[in-house]
Amino acid sequence: MAESETLRSVTMPEARNPARAWRAILVLAGIVAAFAPVYLLESFQLFQLTMAVIMALAVLGLNIVTGYNGQISLGHGAFFAVGAYVTAILMSHFDWSFWATLPFSAAICAAVGYGVGFPALRLGGLYLALTTFSLAVAVPQILKHKAIEDWTGGVQGLFLVKPDAPFGLPFTSDQWMYLVAVFIAGLCFWGTWNLVRSRIGRALMAIRDNPIAAEAMGMDIAALKTGAFAVSAMVTGIAGSLSAVAIEFVAPDSFGFGVSITLFVGMVVGGVASILGSLFGGLFVLFVPNIAEAISKAAPGVIYGVILILFLFLLPDGFAGLLRRIAARLTRGRQ
Amino acid sequence: MDGLAHQIVAGIATGGIYASVALAIVMIYQATHHVNFAQGEIATLSTFLAWSMIQAGLPYWVAFFATIAVSFVIGVLVERLLMRPVQNAPVLTHVGVFIGLLLIFGNATGWIFGYTTKVFPTPFTSDKPLAGGLISAHELGSTVVTLVVLTLVWAFFRFTKLGLGMRAAAYNPRSARLVGIRVGWMLALGWGLAAAIGAVAGMMVAPVVFLDPTMMLGILLYAFAGALLGGIDNPMGAVIGGFVVGVLENLAGAYVVGTELKLTVALAIIIGVLVVRPSGLFGRVVYSRV
Amino acid sequence: MTTNRRSLILASGAVLATPRLAAAQDMPGVTATELRIGGTNALSGPASVYSVITKCLQAMFKRLNEQGGVGGRQVNFIVYDDGYQPPRTLEQTRRLIEQDRVAFLFNQLGTPTNSAVHRYVNQRKVPHLFLATGADKWANPKDFPWTIGWQPSYRVEAQIYAKYILEQRPNARIGLLYQNDDFGKDYLHGMKDVLGARFDTMVRTATNEATDPTVDSQIVSLQAAGCDTLVCGIIPRFAAQAIRKVHDMGWRPMMFMTNVSVSAGAVMQPAGPEKGVGLITSDFRKDQSDPAWANDRGMAEWREFMAKYVPDGDLADNNFTYGYGVGTTMIQVLRQCGSDFSRENVMKQATNIAPMDIPTLLPGIKVQTQPSNYNVIRQMQLQRWDGKSWVRFGNVIEGAAI
Repeated sequence: MAESETLRSVTMPEARNPARAWRAILVLAGIVAAFAPVYLLESFQLFQLTMAVIMALAVLGLNIVTGYNGQISLGHGAFFAVGAYVTAILMSHFDWSFWATLPFSAAICAAVGYGVGFPALRLGGLYLALTTFSLAVAVPQILKHKAIEDWTGGVQGLFLVKPDAPFGLPFTSDQWMYLVAVFIAGLCFWGTWNLVRSRIGRALMAIRDNPIAAEAMGMDIAALKTGAFAVSAMVTGIAGSLSAVAIEFVAPDSFGFGVSITLFVGMVVGGVASILGSLFGGLFVLFVPNIAEAISKAAPGVIYGVILILFLFLLPDGFAGLLRRIAARLTRGRQ
Repeated sequence: MDGLAHQIVAGIATGGIYASVALAIVMIYQATHHVNFAQGEIATLSTFLAWSMIQAGLPYWVAFFATIAVSFVIGVLVERLLMRPVQNAPVLTHVGVFIGLLLIFGNATGWIFGYTTKVFPTPFTSDKPLAGGLISAHELGSTVVTLVVLTLVWAFFRFTKLGLGMRAAAYNPRSARLVGIRVGWMLALGWGLAAAIGAVAGMMVAPVVFLDPTMMLGILLYAFAGALLGGIDNPMGAVIGGFVVGVLENLAGAYVVGTELKLTVALAIIIGVLVVRPSGLFGRVVYSRV
Repeated sequence: MTTNRRSLILASGAVLATPRLAAAQDMPGVTATELRIGGTNALSGPASVYSVITKCLQAMFKRLNEQGGVGGRQVNFIVYDDGYQPPRTLEQTRRLIEQDRVAFLFNQLGTPTNSAVHRYVNQRKVPHLFLATGADKWANPKDFPWTIGWQPSYRVEAQIYAKYILEQRPNARIGLLYQNDDFGKDYLHGMKDVLGARFDTMVRTATNEATDPTVDSQIVSLQAAGCDTLVCGIIPRFAAQAIRKVHDMGWRPMMFMTNVSVSAGAVMQPAGPEKGVGLITSDFRKDQSDPAWANDRGMAEWREFMAKYVPDGDLADNNFTYGYGVGTTMIQVLRQCGSDFSRENVMKQATNIAPMDIPTLLPGIKVQTQPSNYNVIRQMQLQRWDGKSWVRFGNVIEGAAI
């Protein structure tokens, strides 16, 4: 009795502080890293970084349903498109401010995701991938349909204007756009991190790893899976809304199945089922095409495919997994 | 009424295209229980190879069979080099590899051969229009070829030991190994045969839609719909499914939803089949009990 | 605190640097020895068929540089790939303007892609010259004074066909097959412009997607609807199918095809040359396979250029005659600039081109611009396929004024 008391009072405080301190330092470093580009980068590079943050958010959405819940979606470009168009229509036809469109866009995308989640319950693995792939292929055609052409602008698309910094803050619209994107993405990342560590998050992962056991444990599989699709669609849809405003233009041609494939590649390369991996995925997705173009002007697609397969073979955990393993080796070394 | 007959026949003609690609998809599925997204792109590459051979002066049928042989080898190589290392990996990895293949084959074909439309010759020609102009000689010829391939595939799986071995390897690799079947080579064989069938499909399709690197993309979706509708583990079902999808697509486009939503029709068929009757019209219904 | 100090330092630095900055901004992309200009094209992906235009243009600038350049400077034409994706076009265009600091933009490809940067370049007052697209909306000097197209618009082409149909067959039942995108829709709008209220009673429409395998179903629909005239706004692959299907069905409508899809090598031969007899189209270029131009001086100049500077180019590809035309126009503008390559002057010269002949354009069709009229090429001529080549008939027609 006396021994256990001494043990408890000796070991616990030491074990708690280092982890907490590390985490606080990392978060602070993250915040500084997020704000620094506003002062260090020129407009164009800031624009690129903004797009990378937006793509990271979109990949995060995909990770929720595919990485953490095991439902393979090759059609997340569809949710990206819905988010972008909702914002574009509300801003362009009804003169809403960007912030006002966000909750709407989130809600509509969640509803669409929920709707897609239902047939998805009956499908598994490959068949779901196939169905969502078909959805991705059909999206541009649906967007161009003349029934909704008055709203969507049809093939000509819709134009938007980036919001200016409010209250006369000393930021250019590019800088403000970046800060907005970082803020919203930060919120979503934080929310997802909490979700993943919560009971629901564990339930999602349990369904992915062993659906039969999960059901036997009494989890409501249907509600969890459709809910995962809804949340996932919502996050990717918010990314779509941000992209509409960052580029100031939406057109059906911007949302072909290439977007869905890009998000998928980003998720795999960044790290499946990893929050940090989504960040890497976004950076990868934005900057690799430029590198690929430098290697071969004519076939960046081939390089994309080669990189994807190499990662699947050699680094199935993606960049995030690699970092995790390096960090583990370092901490082990220290001990 | 004349228009309706025309639409139906046109639908059967395009359906023939879908049916032949659906066959290749079913082949892969029967051999590996995988659906390969890159099937169309590999078929396109094979067709381009055939085109190069014909451009170099080889007679049509020599190029035809040479392409089949080369495609077979390509399929086997892809399985041995790319699928083998990840055979025990989760489904997500497999899907990822298929997407990678899609990207590589699709873009490589365009890169090597360029994107300008090319003419691919057909061995079936006739001087006067057949059946009152409803169907062309090539459409008739390619439908016959599809049916011949279908019969060969069905006979292969039904009557030969090799076919039985392949099906066993796909259904239950462990038990198959125990009875002495070389599972690894069965898979490779399956991929090779699927690539060969895909090459035949491509060579039949190209004279109709003209050869360019993106020709299979639109077709693939309808072929999937056809294969699922007919039953993804049933070659005859897949072929019938392909024809049905062709006719449905044409009729829906002409009379129901307008030509602007044809892809959505394919999507609706896929979702409908998978939700209502996942095994398709003719497939074997599999029940899993826990 | 730190923020304010940093901004103050940056601001004062900017003020101190202003004289130099101002000079650089007056003539971005221009140094004592080099003129830097930029463009985007689909160098990869399905639309990369048009990447040969970039090849042609860069070869033309190479020839120009070998002859001494222009205004005492060598021309450096930087082209980035956008894969025909509007978001990427914006990124690459911003890179060209903000990072590479090019003087102006030249011959960017595509309608949705150029739409994505349309407002941006006009806000920044960067000349957006001679776009590689036939969409109608680029000729708008009032709202977008910095953007100017080059080829005659598809809409104008459709207007010309509609006018001709009304002349020849006032009570025609017209079938219109068009691709469901910007390109195809211009044909729809052009026909509506001329037919007005009669459009709904006279015209049956059908659309196709670029991903469709065939257009047979649409052709069958239009015939079944009783059409005796057929107008097609579709890409070369489908054009060949359509011509073949119409013939094989035994249907003989008065048929028009967009001038994008009438190449003898890429469309008529695959369709079967005898099957397209009677097909009408228009063009502003000389068809290089037309025996009438075998000894033409302009085409000889073009062939000489191809042989020397683009030896591996496909002579049957009319993107090369297009490229030669737009390149010649650009070089003329550069020459008119003298040695002042400021953006204002470049735009001024680009909108003040006196009517000029181009070697690869049909005789009688000239390139010209005025500050009030940004339609660079306004004329076309109808031509009919006779089984072997395109035979021009009628006069050069000026585009319909709407």
